[in-house]
Amino acid sequence: MNRNRLQHQVACMRKSLFDQGYLDEPFIQLEELQDDANPNFVQEIVTLFYTDSARLIQNIEHALNSRPIDFNKLDDYMHQFKGSSSSIGAKKVTNECTVFREYCSAENAEGCIRSFQQVKQEYAILRRKLEVYLQMVGQAAVSQTA
Amino acid sequence: MNFSCGRGAMSITSSSAAWKPADAVADQFPAGLRVLVVDDDPTCLMILEKMLRTCLYEVTKCNRAETALSILRENKNGFDVVISDVHMPDMDGFKLLEHIGLEMDLPVIMMSADDGKHVVMKGVTHGACDYLIKPVRIEALKNIWQHVVRKRKNEWKEFEQSGSVEEGDRQLKQSEDADYSSSANEGNWRGSKKRKDDEEETDERDDTSTLKKPRVVWSVELHQQFVAAVNQLGIDKAVPKKILEMMNVPGLTRENVASHLQKYRLYLRRLSGVSQHQSNLNPPFISPQGATFGPLSSLNGLDLQALAATGQLPTQSLARLQAAGLGRPTAKSSIPMTLVDQRNTFSFENPKLRFGGQQQQHMNNKQQINLLHGIPTNMEPKQLDNLQHSGQSIGNMNMQVASHGAQNNQNNSLLMQMGQPQSRGQVLGDTTVSQSPGHPSSMGQPILSNGMAANFASRNGIPENIGGPSYNTVSQASSTLNLPLNFPMNHASELPGNSFPLESTPGISSFSSKGVFQDVSSEIKGSVGFMLGYDIFNDLNQHKTQSWELQNVGMTFDAPQHSSSLQDDLHIMQSVSVQQGSTVQMNGHNRSAAIASKAMFSAGDIKEHGNAQNVNQHLNNLVDNARRVKSERIYDTSPANLFPDHFGQEDLMSALLKQQDGIGPTENEFDFDG
Repeated sequence: MNRNRLQHQVACMRKSLFDQGYLDEPFIQLEELQDDANPNFVQEIVTLFYTDSARLIQNIEHALNSRPIDFNKLDDYMHQFKGSSSSIGAKKVTNECTVFREYCSAENAEGCIRSFQQVKQEYAILRRKLEVYLQMVGQAAVSQTA
Repeated sequence: MNFSCGRGAMSITSSSAAWKPADAVADQFPAGLRVLVVDDDPTCLMILEKMLRTCLYEVTKCNRAETALSILRENKNGFDVVISDVHMPDMDGFKLLEHIGLEMDLPVIMMSADDGKHVVMKGVTHGACDYLIKPVRIEALKNIWQHVVRKRKNEWKEFEQSGSVEEGDRQLKQSEDADYSSSANEGNWRGSKKRKDDEEETDERDDTSTLKKPRVVWSVELHQQFVAAVNQLGIDKAVPKKILEMMNVPGLTRENVASHLQKYRLYLRRLSGVSQHQSNLNPPFISPQGATFGPLSSLNGLDLQALAATGQLPTQSLARLQAAGLGRPTAKSSIPMTLVDQRNTFSFENPKLRFGGQQQQHMNNKQQINLLHGIPTNMEPKQLDNLQHSGQSIGNMNMQVASHGAQNNQNNSLLMQMGQPQSRGQVLGDTTVSQSPGHPSSMGQPILSNGMAANFASRNGIPENIGGPSYNTVSQASSTLNLPLNFPMNHASELPGNSFPLESTPGISSFSSKGVFQDVSSEIKGSVGFMLGYDIFNDLNQHKTQSWELQNVGMTFDAPQHSSSLQDDLHIMQSVSVQQGSTVQMNGHNRSAAIASKAMFSAGDIKEHGNAQNVNQHLNNLVDNARRVKSERIYDTSPANLFPDHFGQEDLMSALLKQQDGIGPTENEFDFDG
């Protein structure tokens, strides 16, 4: 019963994550890659993403704060960030990254700063939701093996 | 799944995917495909790795381009395909792509979150075989094996076109993926069936060959065996199959022998017509600028020193060669674009020369240029590189030859030219004659190979780089080459495809040409030109259709047998070296020099761009060969014995040198930097 409920909760949350556009197809690919040999693959990837993102976000912050703003470098960082966020299927985050890069190519510092706020916000939201979701997934998995 | 970990997929053979002629292997493909994935994004890298493992590939990942390159260099044949991100901090992905194409000639797939048209186009122009948009789906990765197969297939096809139809067919047949054996191949197999037996022995070796090109290293010993077999059979009767039988070397394929034979024949041609010239002959090959002479340099140095040690290589020559080998162009390292100029400067004294010095020179220059460019100014950088590389290799060979009897300054000079190992560019299968900068004349030789040269070009994946026209002419010329050698030089024409299977048999092609050179060199002291021939071969192979000789040289290079023989001789002489050696009689005694030189230029075959063969591979092989080269005496070449119409080597050499001098100032327009 408990297990079923857990699984049900997991399924619901997963569905909403996709429906609300937080996650996209690549995330499904990650899930499919998870197997017995790598039972925590999704969690590992996501964790890796957090670590790398933290670094990139810091770099972007720094670049945005420096004067004059090096837009090439900014674009470079954001390109990387966009690459990894798209790899895990972080749809909203990726979209905000795209907006940022547009401002960046236009060398619109104001636009960059604003859109970067959006990027960070979406990133924070996704991270929170994912952590909850994956924790649930973990619990459901444990309950299954129990 | 059992293959999820490490090399789990490789249940059969370690390295390449379990490519075996047997059906069992076929079933496994593409499992075990050895993939190197390069991406600085750790998230993507891990995802890709997992996806590739899921596809049952053998995955190696690295997050830096430099690391990837060193991994590839260390494991010459260790990978089948490379996947690389475009944006990387330490090196641009396209640069890495170029390096890989030049040095290893592996299929490279680019990927990026950037899907802009110009970026994708860049991938195309830089030679990527595919471009994936991130995020990459596993479905896209499941099919990357097609690029490996396609590449192999194209190589075999080129090989086949060079006349080694059976081999190509056979190889294709061997490729475990029967799906790739098209009906076209079947047609070609008509003659291959009976050769199956002969080639059985190559099966063991071929199980990895289908996936990765088999690279035969024509060591000194192997080449000696080859020459012995050829001599025993008689140069006219020496057909690959029989040679293979006589050699009785396990693992050697008929294709290997065939390509080697082509080169050998060209070499002999050159020898037959080449007489020693004074040192005014400049090495026709242009050393690649900024080329990665490193490895070759070492080779050259190695050989040179060995040669010098034997007291046969004059110190002066040695120094020059070394200088050349080190990539320091003794002359301009520019592509001999100005063929016309060369024409004038070259004066062939030997009356026997039909075309006289001018022609020769012209030829050489032209040839050279052609090879490099096709028609002067047509050469594209890449081609030039190839040629240069060839020239280098040849240069190396010359060195060796020269050491022996380097009586002539010309030999020395030629050697010098040759001695510049060109690591850049594609490994034209050691035919990358890399002439010292500014001396395109040696290129003339390649023309002789005509058909062969053309073949080379195609083989080494140079095709894309090489412009085209030049090679074609060469091929034409070659077919008509009738060197006044005792042995039927017409072999060139025999070679159907005129394409040295440089690519298909990476080791072979390059080695074969080397081998040829070796013998020639041994035969002829200080044969300078033959090295060039190799490169030229490569280039020529690629462009068979044009007979730039005719165009450029203005010589009546027509296909006519006789005149061409002389011409060819001249060219050969020019390019190869002023060798008098009685190639026919080559008893394979001084192979070492040749072999070493082979080794040298195969190393130099590295081409910057394009699908260069695995230069490193060649290089390594060559180095080994070089090391093994004992300073055997170079065949005594007594001009008198050479051929009926033999031209004094000195004459030729001087003509060549002069020619080269004239060419000297040409600039290397095609400056490629890796």
